Amino acid sequence: MGHLRGKLLPPALAIVFSMLLCGVALVISGANPFSAFAAMVTHVGKGSTFVDIINSTGIYYIAALAVAIGFQMNLFNIGVEGQYRVAAVIAAVVGGSIALPTGIHTLVIIIVAALAGAAWAAIPAILKVTRGVNEVISTIMMNGLAIGLSAYLIRRDVFGELRGNNIRTPEIPESGWMPGISFGGGGTMFGFIFVAVALGVGYWVMMNRTRFGFELRASGESSTAASAGGVNAKKMVLFSMLISGAIAGLISLPELLGRDHTFSLNFTAGIGFSGIAIALLGRNHPGGIAFGALLWAFLDKSGLALDNVGVPREIVTIMQGSIVLSVVVAYEVVRRFELAAEQRRVGRELGTVGGAA
Amino acid sequence: MSSSTSVGTDEHPAVVLTGITKRFPGVVANSDVHLTVRRGEVHALCGENGAGKSTLMKILYGMQPPDEGTIEVDGEQVRFRTPSDAIKAGIGMVHQHFMLADNLTVQENVVLGAEALHGIGKKARARIIELSGRTGLNVDPGVLVEQLGVADRQRVEILKVLYRGAKVIILDEPTAVLVPQEVDELFETVRGMQAQGYTFLFISHKLDEVRAIADSVTVIRRGTTVGSADPKTVSSRQLAEMMVGSELPSPETRESTVTDKVVLDVKGLRLLAPDGTRPILDDIDLVVRSGEVVGIAGVEGNGQTELVEAVMGMRKAGGGTITLLDKDLSKLGTLARREAGIGYVPEDRHRHGLLLTQPLWYNRILGYQTRKPTSKGVWLDIDGAKKDTERIVADFDVRTPGIDVPAAALSGGNQQKLVVGRELSGDPVLLIASHPTRGVDVGAQALIWDEIKRARAAGLAVLLISADLDELIGLSDTIKVMLRGRLVADADPSTVTPEDLGSAMTGAGSTSAAVHETATVEEGEN
Repeated sequence: MGHLRGKLLPPALAIVFSMLLCGVALVISGANPFSAFAAMVTHVGKGSTFVDIINSTGIYYIAALAVAIGFQMNLFNIGVEGQYRVAAVIAAVVGGSIALPTGIHTLVIIIVAALAGAAWAAIPAILKVTRGVNEVISTIMMNGLAIGLSAYLIRRDVFGELRGNNIRTPEIPESGWMPGISFGGGGTMFGFIFVAVALGVGYWVMMNRTRFGFELRASGESSTAASAGGVNAKKMVLFSMLISGAIAGLISLPELLGRDHTFSLNFTAGIGFSGIAIALLGRNHPGGIAFGALLWAFLDKSGLALDNVGVPREIVTIMQGSIVLSVVVAYEVVRRFELAAEQRRVGRELGTVGGAA
Repeated sequence: MSSSTSVGTDEHPAVVLTGITKRFPGVVANSDVHLTVRRGEVHALCGENGAGKSTLMKILYGMQPPDEGTIEVDGEQVRFRTPSDAIKAGIGMVHQHFMLADNLTVQENVVLGAEALHGIGKKARARIIELSGRTGLNVDPGVLVEQLGVADRQRVEILKVLYRGAKVIILDEPTAVLVPQEVDELFETVRGMQAQGYTFLFISHKLDEVRAIADSVTVIRRGTTVGSADPKTVSSRQLAEMMVGSELPSPETRESTVTDKVVLDVKGLRLLAPDGTRPILDDIDLVVRSGEVVGIAGVEGNGQTELVEAVMGMRKAGGGTITLLDKDLSKLGTLARREAGIGYVPEDRHRHGLLLTQPLWYNRILGYQTRKPTSKGVWLDIDGAKKDTERIVADFDVRTPGIDVPAAALSGGNQQKLVVGRELSGDPVLLIASHPTRGVDVGAQALIWDEIKRARAAGLAVLLISADLDELIGLSDTIKVMLRGRLVADADPSTVTPEDLGSAMTGAGSTSAAVHETATVEEGEN
């Protein structure tokens, strides 16, 4: 129970703190924080907001899982952003240019997206393993390249086509879609949400029950102890980056398979960066990440209601930022406190405050 | 440091600690420590590893505040918030591990952080030269520290505290890094400075040294002072019993269990320094047989760490072969070598032995993630790991409330027992033990020695690296001396003395029939 307290207390403190902070910001800017928060909460029940939040949660969840795998071994895959963009455009191009039976078509698109994401992540991974290039720098640069590559691939003289003012890839035929669950006026929930849940379960099993997960966690906790324990650091960097990239490749699929069916200029960008924040908030734990993703999605979608009560919507961004900052601090504080408490407890149970150091 | 105290008055002791108590979460601290150091004496503070000596000195040096108790310097009660407060009061500390920047000169190292005293130019240089004489340091202040030997580096450390105006100098295990001949030189320096009115607090657990140098001795055990003694009249045995408080354990192994079955066979092992210019391991040949403990003696930094890591596959060797029971390991990774039957007790359990924030049972898996009972194929066997951790906790007397507490919550000795227990699991054929009892309490030390002896009797081959020459001589069947990356001499543990080993370790040549050289080392190759 001390364990659970250690896990739940920091995010709770962080959220309360950032709500207070945003409340103060609202008061200073002359708005009423209570009416603003109330507007956000009541907005959830309106129109398709609730389903939108669920859909958005699923997308954020996949992104945060991709980031979390790298985080488990102190590998900062900042390149999730680029990996899912490249995966999205390649999956859309392939999906739109092949004809396969229903179901198999969808599966092929999913596999292509995962492979494309992994391939894009493989470049920084190989650079790190062979040349020691810092993955933070290389993945950030790969993000820049990804924007250029995707823009090139949807040019009309390459794979793209012009529809109205929008350039996009050829539409994926219906055999390649993934059906959702319709709530009529309440919107349609993406079918891919279930894949996201399965990914979360798979992630938990991998981290807690497999040798690979053990080696990943050991590497993250202490690279020196891991190497003395026979963990091959280079192999772990390579594999974790590839898996991270493969999962990143799936980020855009809920929208691609369930709603858009094409990669266009309206592509939703920035999810990879939100994934970093959510993975931090969720402490790389599949349950924690789910909660973080839900919070993020709620803030995003309910934030739209703020305009109605005359509050700038950007307050939501402030809140997201302050949550991340304060959660990092809160985790560290609580971690130290818990470790000291644990040591005291062990000392007390053994009855030796005069034992050996 | 004011009016009344001029040179050599005996009105007030130099330092008085009264009722010092310091609590740490779960580990030792000090409780009700009393210590009186008279002006101009060498006062030894004795105690086993982990008895609380270092904590006490950190308190005196202002690195940690005491929870209770008072500190008096020259009869005035003081409160140190930081080491600079202690320095102002005339207390200086020479740490066990040198805190010098190798790529700076002696002068730069001394002046660093004390620029305000005499600047960084001529005045500082003159002052350093003046003080150098007192410490017996005969080098130009412009020499780079990396060119100095260990003994001279220690003099630079002493010089640093003198430069800052210290009158009371704490020497924290100053002989740990020295060979016996260098220890003698250090003692001459200390006596010379004592004659000039300096006071020394000499921390050690080596009783012969304490009796050789100290004017009075205070013994600390389990965090509290258990008494004082006059080194002129007390015997080493009496002192040791005060320190241990019980019967002394002995590392000695009785009859030989050495067989002719070769377990580890290292041939021509080489390793170059990262800059590629000088060899760290130079053509090492080494054989360890079943039932044999081969001890490696050497001053730290002569390639022992690298030898172990090369055998474990944590460092890539530059050449040579490593064979374990006729199986060539040279091209294999660490995990495969462990699976082939090598257990490894690393010299630094925090860096290489444990995942500190993880529970004990999780640590049981480390190094065994591919083997029973902790894994089944690609899956971990968590129940198996927990059960086997319970076994280790019971068999190796790991003092813990349970196997779910994080490894960091245990004391050093219990952590080490866990590591040794783990590495002796799964029937290894070879155990590599680097400083297996460093920084652990006497009880844990005795247990670890017993377990190594037991495993050796059952046919385990052991490669033992230790800086504790008594441990090395007591446990080993064969001792090899390592110097500048080469095995330069063999010694017979049944006849060799620590002094003989010491001179072989510095390359002074064999002075005893118990040590015979196996290779010659060219001098001055840097």
